[in-house]
Amino acid sequence: MVEFLIGVFIFFMIIAAIIALETSDLLSAIISVGAIGVAASICFLLVGAPDIAITQMVVEVLSLVILIRATIRHDLTAINGDREFFGLTITIALLFAFFLFGFKAFASLAEFGVPAMSRFFDAPSNTYINSGFKETGASNIVTSIILDYRGFDTLGEVTVLFTAIWGALAIMRVYSRKKRKNRDKHE
Amino acid sequence: MNKSKQQGMSIIVQTVARWTKGYIFLFGVYLTFYGHLTPGGGFSGGVVIAVTFVLLTLAFGKERALSKLGKVLASVLDCSGALLFLLIAALGILFGGAFFANFIEKRFPSANFRLFSAGNLPLCNISIAIKVGASLFMIFIILAVRRVVEINGKRKLISTEFFETPEKGKSR
Amino acid sequence: MIYTLCFLLFTIGLYGVTCKKNIVKIILGLLIMEYSINLFLILLGWRKNGIAPIIDQSMSHEVFVFQAVDPLPQALVLTSIVIGLGVLSLMVAISIRLYQRYGTFDITEMNKLKR
Repeated sequence: MVEFLIGVFIFFMIIAAIIALETSDLLSAIISVGAIGVAASICFLLVGAPDIAITQMVVEVLSLVILIRATIRHDLTAINGDREFFGLTITIALLFAFFLFGFKAFASLAEFGVPAMSRFFDAPSNTYINSGFKETGASNIVTSIILDYRGFDTLGEVTVLFTAIWGALAIMRVYSRKKRKNRDKHE
Repeated sequence: MNKSKQQGMSIIVQTVARWTKGYIFLFGVYLTFYGHLTPGGGFSGGVVIAVTFVLLTLAFGKERALSKLGKVLASVLDCSGALLFLLIAALGILFGGAFFANFIEKRFPSANFRLFSAGNLPLCNISIAIKVGASLFMIFIILAVRRVVEINGKRKLISTEFFETPEKGKSR
Repeated sequence: MIYTLCFLLFTIGLYGVTCKKNIVKIILGLLIMEYSINLFLILLGWRKNGIAPIIDQSMSHEVFVFQAVDPLPQALVLTSIVIGLGVLSLMVAISIRLYQRYGTFDITEMNKLKR
């Protein structure tokens, strides 16, 4: 049952992705991407990942607000058409070959519903599930992984987020009045 | 034309925002504090806290939100959240013998399924929530306020008010 | 089958990145790729009739060990989603700067206007 529901939701996501990329109206394109995020959140809820579902839903809302407020109000002119014909044909052929290769590669994976930790008994996930509650005292195993067992990962993630945010702030900085006056005089 | 009254959205949006903003903030704090017992955690709690201020900005205008959480305060909170996380990790060397050691739980074991049952994991969650919430609110304010405007044939990036009346031809 | 559908979604996002002219469409293509990869990683850890990896007070530990889904991909994806939001804001900032410089979101026009 869960497999069927997830298949339906992924099919819905594919249709929404095609609409988002092919429509000429930018606002409806962004709203279609929001539909993809909501469907992904429901899929996360179905496969037993409520942490990810909450985070995905909230991040979806914030990223849609940022996209609409920051880009749409600048330029609403629809840019139709693709790039030049020759390059487009080669790109689509390469994408098709890429998809065929991936089709072969994904067929060699284990079937859906059998995680790696049930096939290999020395997988790290078995350790986390067996002794995570006793060793850290946290009943949410995901939190005990991201903050205790793999704390270095979270530290690196905080660093990446910090760098991205301050990089964006530095890009969006408006010059001070003195410097702008100097620049205008110079030009 | 009174400009201060024109900021923000309609009165329906403002009323609903006034009723719900406290509960949304409280939900973010709950997600953060109980992240080690229930679904949630520092990341989702921080994003929910940022969404509260984004709601304030969209409903009441920029000044209302910036009076609650100013730009300087937001950047200070951003840096201090990251440093607090690093400090908690470094205290593990001092007391537990390794980086990121859970020293509180090992020294003072407590009952399970309580708020203070996981040692320093709630402290890490709180620092991450402060960092994520402050930085995401800051980037939203910067990205949504600045606008490219054409002045004398040259395009300039200036900060504008939020809901100025749209020029003709640009409105939908 | 479900993994292949995820990969089809990834390929559609790649098509948007490589074949579209509008910068906003390129950003949307990157978002679609990100969603598909997150979904694929979470689906890899699903166990049949699995439950969320959160211990309840009324649950015995043995039942939990044999029923919980894989928590490791969830921990990795949880950080990746928030990083995605930071990277999205960086991309939006760069696209606004490009608009300020060239006056358009069209990347082929930008090639012509290069100075």
